[in-house]
Amino acid sequence: MVDPAPFLLTLKLALVSTVILFLISLPIAYALAYSSFRLKPVIEAVVSLPLILPPSVLGFYLLLAFSPERSFGGFLDRVFDLRLVFTFSGLVISSVIYSLPFMVQPFQSGFRMIPRGLIDASYTLGKTRLQTLIHVLLPNMRASLITGSILAFAHTIGEFGVVLMIGGSIPEETRVVSIALYDEVQAMHYGTANIYAAILLAFSFVVLVTVYTINQRFTNNLFRP
Amino acid sequence: MIEVDIQKRLHAGAARIALQLRFQINDGELLALFGPSGSGKTSLMRMIAGLLTPDMGSIVVDGDAWFDSGANVNRPPQQRDIGVVFQDYALFPNMTVRGNILFGLKPDQPSGSVEEVIDLMELTPMANVKPELLSGGQKQRVALARAMVRRPKLLLLDEPTSALDAALRVKIHQYIKSIHKRDATATLLITHDIVEVARLADRVVVIEEGRMKAQGKPREVLPFDDLRTLLHEM
Repeated sequence: MVDPAPFLLTLKLALVSTVILFLISLPIAYALAYSSFRLKPVIEAVVSLPLILPPSVLGFYLLLAFSPERSFGGFLDRVFDLRLVFTFSGLVISSVIYSLPFMVQPFQSGFRMIPRGLIDASYTLGKTRLQTLIHVLLPNMRASLITGSILAFAHTIGEFGVVLMIGGSIPEETRVVSIALYDEVQAMHYGTANIYAAILLAFSFVVLVTVYTINQRFTNNLFRP
Repeated sequence: MIEVDIQKRLHAGAARIALQLRFQINDGELLALFGPSGSGKTSLMRMIAGLLTPDMGSIVVDGDAWFDSGANVNRPPQQRDIGVVFQDYALFPNMTVRGNILFGLKPDQPSGSVEEVIDLMELTPMANVKPELLSGGQKQRVALARAMVRRPKLLLLDEPTSALDAALRVKIHQYIKSIHKRDATATLLITHDIVEVARLADRVVVIEEGRMKAQGKPREVLPFDDLRTLLHEM
């Protein structure tokens, strides 16, 4: 029997994570695109780590960090009464970390694609950096903004290893679709597992087709001189 | 009056030049900076606009320093009262023609100035169109309109017609003339086109490899006989 709750939970997790990621990724991508400082390669590497790190490694360290037995988790528990292990909030924080490069990298290349001349023109017209960001940069990198958001959203939906490590499988709290699928396979309910898997597969395919369609439409003839 | 006195070492590809220039732009004057490509003209324009920092020297406008290496003054472009027309137009692709010009307006200016400028530059039929649909000459008119709508202290024109064919060039020259007549804004025209200098400039500074070679009225400084032949041909 397919339970809709994991789907709703997964969508909620992906939505909340994407909104938070958007707000965090913009300043990070802006700083990485337009400034050069000595530690920049280190920051870039940290942001990109989730791309190559096995999710279980990330999950393991987050589990250590969030554990109420340890200093950081204990601090959160004592001072804010906040538990991040086996809770939805913990999943959101780990999703944000896990999907960060999927948002930051498209944003960063979006910033870089904008001709320097447009920024110069805006400055000579008396506009501040913030005004230039809002009126010139963001509207001209819509494709990157949409791509990054969709990729981060989709990546969060496909999250498994991290959730398994720090979320467990608590119904309506941390039991997302990928975990539900895993549980069904463990219980040898292959029919139900197949439905979960097919829905995830179809969703992922539609997301990627959408991303490539947007890219084709937006980048074709935007910056012809 | 705008007094420019700057030094800057430039690395343009393999070539290195030491830019060292001192000149002034009088009120209401259209001064041409004439020289071959690679002589440092565009870098000079960027330094006056605040987009590039000189190594040494000063840029003083009506007694007010925009840049002074001695006094550690270096105002950002936003705080220099300028209008710039870039070589590649640099129009904002996300805004219409009217939107681009409106973006150039200073906060205290009435929005009616935008319609006035659209009218003057004959942009009314395309006011609601995005730049990607415009021809080169139309884009250049929008760029001019956007720079002049602010009524800046100094208008900087960087090779405003280099990307256009001869017939369009004449048309843009007429627009520049009518703007200059209307506003009498001090204007620095950067060009390697001798005909442009002859048509538009009150005075010309000739630069070569970053140094001033000559200055004066165009007919005094430039080979006028050649010029007359050229003008005749146009």
